Amino acid sequence: MSTMPFRSASSGRRLDRPVRRVSWRLAVAAARFVGLVLAGGVIGGLALAWLGASLVTLLPVPVALVSRRTRWLGVPFLAVSTWLVRPLAWLERHRVRLMTGTRIEAAYRPLSASQRSRVRPLLADPGTWRDIGWLAAAGVSEVLSMADLATLMVGPAVIVWTPLWFAFDHGPRHLWAVALVPLGAACAVASWYGGGRGRRTVPLATARVSGWLLAPPEGARLRAQMEHLAETRDETVDARAAELRRIERDLHDGAQARLVSLTMSLGLAEQEFDRRPEAARQLVSEARASARTALSELRHLVRGIHPPVLTERGLGGAVEALALASAVPLEVDVRLDERLPAPLESALYFVIAEALANMARHSGASWAFVRLWLEDARLRLMIQDDGHGGADPARGSGLRGIERRLAAFDGRMTLSSPAGGPTELFAELPCRP
Amino acid sequence: MTSVVVVEDLLLLQDGLVRLLSTNGFEIAAAVDTGPAFLEAVDAHRPEVAVVDVRLPPTFTDEGLRAAIEARRRRPGFPVLILSQYVEQLYARELLSDGAGGVGYLLKDRVGDVRQFVEAVQRVADGGTAMDPEVISQILARRSRRSPLAELTPREHEVLALMAEGRTNAAIARRMVITSKAVSKHIARIFDKLGLPPSDDDHRRVLAVLAYLNSNG
Repeated sequence: MSTMPFRSASSGRRLDRPVRRVSWRLAVAAARFVGLVLAGGVIGGLALAWLGASLVTLLPVPVALVSRRTRWLGVPFLAVSTWLVRPLAWLERHRVRLMTGTRIEAAYRPLSASQRSRVRPLLADPGTWRDIGWLAAAGVSEVLSMADLATLMVGPAVIVWTPLWFAFDHGPRHLWAVALVPLGAACAVASWYGGGRGRRTVPLATARVSGWLLAPPEGARLRAQMEHLAETRDETVDARAAELRRIERDLHDGAQARLVSLTMSLGLAEQEFDRRPEAARQLVSEARASARTALSELRHLVRGIHPPVLTERGLGGAVEALALASAVPLEVDVRLDERLPAPLESALYFVIAEALANMARHSGASWAFVRLWLEDARLRLMIQDDGHGGADPARGSGLRGIERRLAAFDGRMTLSSPAGGPTELFAELPCRP
Repeated sequence: MTSVVVVEDLLLLQDGLVRLLSTNGFEIAAAVDTGPAFLEAVDAHRPEVAVVDVRLPPTFTDEGLRAAIEARRRRPGFPVLILSQYVEQLYARELLSDGAGGVGYLLKDRVGDVRQFVEAVQRVADGGTAMDPEVISQILARRSRRSPLAELTPREHEVLALMAEGRTNAAIARRMVITSKAVSKHIARIFDKLGLPPSDDDHRRVLAVLAYLNSNG
């Protein structure tokens, strides 16, 4: 990129536009960087504030806990302050990811619903102490790194402004100082460009240190992953077993029973053929009706196990078929260059089908949009509608089912459905092509 | 005698279809089990109609459908009746999208009603359509206010659905217990509401059915 100005100078105006576009992109990148550093400063400031407040109150807390009269004060404080650590750490993880591109995982121990309001499990979690350790170190370094950046931004302004101020404030005799302005500006530009690359080093380094401090040790990470895997495996196994039971029951009470009755009708017809041909004819047509119903039940069952259109057309075609069958007008945008692995295809199909069924049943939407695309080896699914919102996974078994299907593939779902709408479901799952 | 090519990979069903069609006055030009063999048979025997299973080897996906569309690309308007274990509106739309008619799409179950099935094959061979009632009911199940079809009265809807199944005016009249003249009036109004250009009746019928299948809700 640094060769661009030379090229544009030698070949005249034609390269003007690309260069401008490049510099625009550079400016956006720079603004983003500065924004992230400032955000780091804010997080650091909050961290320092937290540390200060904790230090000031840390000493009284044991005292408060011991004294019966003030115990009610100490416990809530401890709870609130410990709980505040996690959102801060969460913010910092995101900031570090945006700055350095490295994803920092959060590995806390899972909490049961009854533990959510307790402090003890929180304090027993090494994740909490890791966060507190980061707070102590990063609180200082982030603020410093922001101060460093601020100097950089204020410095040039001062260099240019001072001679101007001197010249106009001290009367006409000192107008010569204006001559220093270009010099100051040159210095500012030189320091900005000369130090530009170096300027990034300090904030980047502090972000890396932050990330390193926040990242769980391998053991904790693996344990968290294992717990998650065990949980999703149990759910998957349960769901599969329930599914098989349902299929068995449907076959037993449906198609099998129909075929039995059909066989009986045919057997009777065989008996009656010579004596009462009219009755035999009646029986044969009954048998045909039975066969037709059995076929239609089997068809229904097959659709529920694995829709034929999915086999034939892959996810894109199958979702299009869903759109055609959908009561709510549906726009489909599936961007997949090749077929996905069959289990993934099937899971995603049912996720989409379930989401659409949910939408048709509850949302009152008049328009919906399904988008599926592959990015950075992750499959992303977005379903939006213009309904009245208020969807809640805690209440709907449909949404729970979607979460479960996704979890079996290490996928995640986020749902935004404020009362009054609109509803947006976003799912993401790893996909190695 | 109408000559027919049967394309079905399960021997049990192929035999059944061959027997059923030949005892009902069709001449079996060929009975094959893959898409390429079907296209070859169409070239070699010049049949008047083909009865094709959607799912064929080697991929066991929608090879039959693709082969049928290819056959119709090579020989525009070549009558094809697709048979399948289930029906998809999507496929019906693709089949009809060339607007040429001579298309059928039925559930395999319908073979059980021999008379109706034979009629359907003959109708398709004559350039008509034969859409499975299940395709029609899929569309009816999710009719909404937005589509151009929304302007049709329930009565006109019924006529259009029967037209999509491939019934003649006389048959529609019998089914709805109205006069043939009333049916013609309904149909004229349907063509009008769907904005179909005046041309010969058969072609407009196909276009109306296509509009029906294309209706997005």
